[in-house]
Amino acid sequence: MKEVELKMLERAKALLESGEVARVIGWKKGEFFYDPSPASFETVEELDGFVYNWFCGANLSKYLIEMSKKEGKTAVFLKPCDTYSFNQLVKEHRIKRENVYVIAVECLGKLDIEKIKAKGISLIENVEVVDKEVKVTSAYGVDTLAKPEVVLSKCAACTKTHQVKDEEIILHETPARDVDRFEEVKKLEAMTEEERFAFWREQLSKCIRCNACRNVCPACSCVKCVFDNPNSGIAAKANDDKFEEQLFHIIRAFHVAGRCTDCGECSRVCPQNIPLHLLNRKFIKDIDNLYGEYQAGETDEGKTPLTSYTEGDTEPNDVFNGEAK
Amino acid sequence: MQRIGVFICWCGSNIAATVDVVKVAEVIKNEPGVVYSANYQYMCSENGQQLIKQAIKEHNLTGIVIGACSPRMHEATFRKAAEEAGLNPYMVEIANIREHCSWIHKDMDEATEKAVILVRTAIAKVKLNAPLTAGESPVVKRALVIGGGIAGIQAALDIADAGFEVDIVEKNATIGGRMAQLDKTFPTLDCSACILTPKMVDCAQHEKIDILSYSEVEDVKGFVGNFNVKIRRKARFVDETKCTGCKICMEKCPSKKGLNAFNMNLNTRPAIYIPFAQAIPNVAVIDPEQCIKLKTGKCGICQKFCGVGAIDYEQKDTFIERQYGAIVVATGFKPISVDAFNEYGYNDNKDVITSLELERLMNAAGPTNGVLLRPSDGEHPKVITFIQCVGSRDTSGCGKPYCSKICCMYTAKHAMLIREKYPDTEVHVFYIDVRTPGKNYDEFFRRAVEQYGVDYIKGMVGKVYNENGKLMVQGSNLIDNEQVTIESDLVVLAAAIEPEPSVRKVATLLTASIDTNNFLTESHAKLRPVESPTAGVYLAGVCQGPKDIPETVSQASACAAKVIGLLVKDKLKTNPCVAIPNETMCNGCSQCANVCAYGAITYVDKEFRLGGGKTEIRRVASVNPAVCQGCGACTVTCPSGAMDLKGFSSKQIMSEVEAICKM
Repeated sequence: MKEVELKMLERAKALLESGEVARVIGWKKGEFFYDPSPASFETVEELDGFVYNWFCGANLSKYLIEMSKKEGKTAVFLKPCDTYSFNQLVKEHRIKRENVYVIAVECLGKLDIEKIKAKGISLIENVEVVDKEVKVTSAYGVDTLAKPEVVLSKCAACTKTHQVKDEEIILHETPARDVDRFEEVKKLEAMTEEERFAFWREQLSKCIRCNACRNVCPACSCVKCVFDNPNSGIAAKANDDKFEEQLFHIIRAFHVAGRCTDCGECSRVCPQNIPLHLLNRKFIKDIDNLYGEYQAGETDEGKTPLTSYTEGDTEPNDVFNGEAK
Repeated sequence: MQRIGVFICWCGSNIAATVDVVKVAEVIKNEPGVVYSANYQYMCSENGQQLIKQAIKEHNLTGIVIGACSPRMHEATFRKAAEEAGLNPYMVEIANIREHCSWIHKDMDEATEKAVILVRTAIAKVKLNAPLTAGESPVVKRALVIGGGIAGIQAALDIADAGFEVDIVEKNATIGGRMAQLDKTFPTLDCSACILTPKMVDCAQHEKIDILSYSEVEDVKGFVGNFNVKIRRKARFVDETKCTGCKICMEKCPSKKGLNAFNMNLNTRPAIYIPFAQAIPNVAVIDPEQCIKLKTGKCGICQKFCGVGAIDYEQKDTFIERQYGAIVVATGFKPISVDAFNEYGYNDNKDVITSLELERLMNAAGPTNGVLLRPSDGEHPKVITFIQCVGSRDTSGCGKPYCSKICCMYTAKHAMLIREKYPDTEVHVFYIDVRTPGKNYDEFFRRAVEQYGVDYIKGMVGKVYNENGKLMVQGSNLIDNEQVTIESDLVVLAAAIEPEPSVRKVATLLTASIDTNNFLTESHAKLRPVESPTAGVYLAGVCQGPKDIPETVSQASACAAKVIGLLVKDKLKTNPCVAIPNETMCNGCSQCANVCAYGAITYVDKEFRLGGGKTEIRRVASVNPAVCQGCGACTVTCPSGAMDLKGFSSKQIMSEVEAICKM
């Protein structure tokens, strides 16, 4: 990880110094080493705060909507999963591709500090990862944890590889991708309707409508969101039901259906730990089943199953009657 | 302040017998915004319309709701009435309390309650209606006919005779269609070719008709009056302008084992061929699957012998794009595959044939030069058994649920012709019912029975099996209540007919609706039988439903009349209910343009003011109102809700939903 970070820093410096780019988007140190946040660096001096470690889970692609409008090129570091969001945004004409310099970076899965803390470890001083083990050094000593138990939920079922064209790549190791990302969805599908309703009711009732999921979501990039638009007739709908959160999240899932790349940011930022990515992932699984396998953001062009018609398309009544292929 | 008038129609007893129309009108009086409410026996009548016009004027109405039949029936009537009374026609809403209510309910209390809700829903919508004005679009004075069978030929000739340009697109190498394959035609028994080929020649010689044979419609854009059609001209590997139809290539071609589709694969033809003697255009075509030169690069004999240098092995498919004001679909039919009917042994016995195969066996230009010889050994069949309704009126799932309509008549024709030509032949016909309505039709059938002694057996056939070289047809005779087995030499299956499968693609391209049997749907089964619900698209022949030649020709001429009625107009009124983007909310994501079936949406860069004196250029959607058909696909696709539909805005729809949910 350290080698990758150094290489990234070296590239960022070179690009800024040469004037090839006007700014670099990356991650900046927080108060602790485990709370880095996305940042834009415009000078070499600012790069002092630059960091790339096991906690840089944030997807930087959405920042490019605004950054690519600015004068001068913007360099960005994209993890494999972020490249899909980037492609999708380019496809939807939201990012000006010609104003972006992409550097794809290695990711072996990011860690969730909340999950580490939940193991009863506090006053954490350092975290090291060796293969499948996470060594956490705290004021009370060293704890060794199994990595799969403490990665971000979005990383647990990651199958993504870099997808950006014309990119520069900084790689050290390539992780194995042999997981079934639909495993959790299948569990939900196996439930009875009542069980599933109860599950989502319990989960969605935790929602405090902080809008973090919407604000972080690269697919939720509307100039004006329907929930902020009193004329949409939806904003009020979501509010006048005591179970409003359900409507908010379901409408949001429908709005991003066919466009969601499964980057998992919604679940990562949710302060209430609602597994929101499962709603989207269920849609992805259904689209795969009904229209053939499709991964949003795999390319930045081409047709998408929900906005194109082919003669072989499943008929809606087949879906309704459970006779879909 | 809104002043809404509500008019509840009895539709005689159609609505009033199930819905308490007086009560509906009474209850609705108290709705906010409603200043006038009335009921009347027939709102669509002259008197009913008068009542509406008077109320609009007297009560100064700003919008009206008519509780009546489907808007597809009388929306135009009431809009016109409103306009005559000085109200914008788009301030009229229809609450469908007939098809959606009285016709589907039995209980009066329930139906009345529902009618009130439906009227309330329309009131909620009309309150948000805005006056709209229809625009105009020009009409391209040229028609496209898809399919060059008798339906397409007749339609094209009639339209061209009125002075309009017509293109016939035919997927086969020649026009003529199924009728060209028939030997004789009922009920007059005149020779099919004798009456068809002059019409084919007329088409070829007509200065207004352009025959695009061996071509297929590839893409359709636009709308009534302004269709833009892309046509694929398939490579025939023969230069149409040079070929004289001398057929020397057919003689010399060494690859002669191709199945002759025109003769129902009963004999073979060379790789380069003209489908039949009277083909139009009389131009050869090469079957690339069979041609040695095209497959291996070696041969080229036809090119050597062609006196005019018409052979071109390098020819590729080409595309042309043309504009049309109207489109006639005349894609025709094919007999169904009888493979699913194992009991009749079609695949196991060469001497079990279909009726269309029999047509070819009896035709002078057919594989046996018109002498009826059975396929297995070339002998004269002495006992022939016909089986009717093979796959017609079939609810087992193997065939079609409908009656194919033509089989009773052609089977009688076949039976009669055989008895006439070969009086020593015994002819049996198994039937469920004999259906022969039509001028001189029943007389025709009776002649077969009474004068020609054809043995009609009421009953179905259980199985056909081969025993010592004889076809044993085992069936029931319901009149005599006994099982019979008829030792036959030839068995003829009256296979059901189904729409030519390529109609599905055509329907998709035209956004024309299709029923569960793949027949194209007409706009109204009785009153608009030749018009598709898609404006500017007309239906001729079996693509719309089973029919015989006289009916097909009548329908084709009716289509032509409709097309001529459209093409004589210089301009058409456009639908003002079109999509309109709210640019300030548009993301420029292109999803609406992707789903637009009409190509009405493009994108433009526009400058928007931000705060602090700054501006930014954004990519936003722009709708061409002349092309938009108001289908609304874009409005539901737009994630930000920036796209809306005039006359059917999201707000209007939501207000309707709310009115329905508010009990």
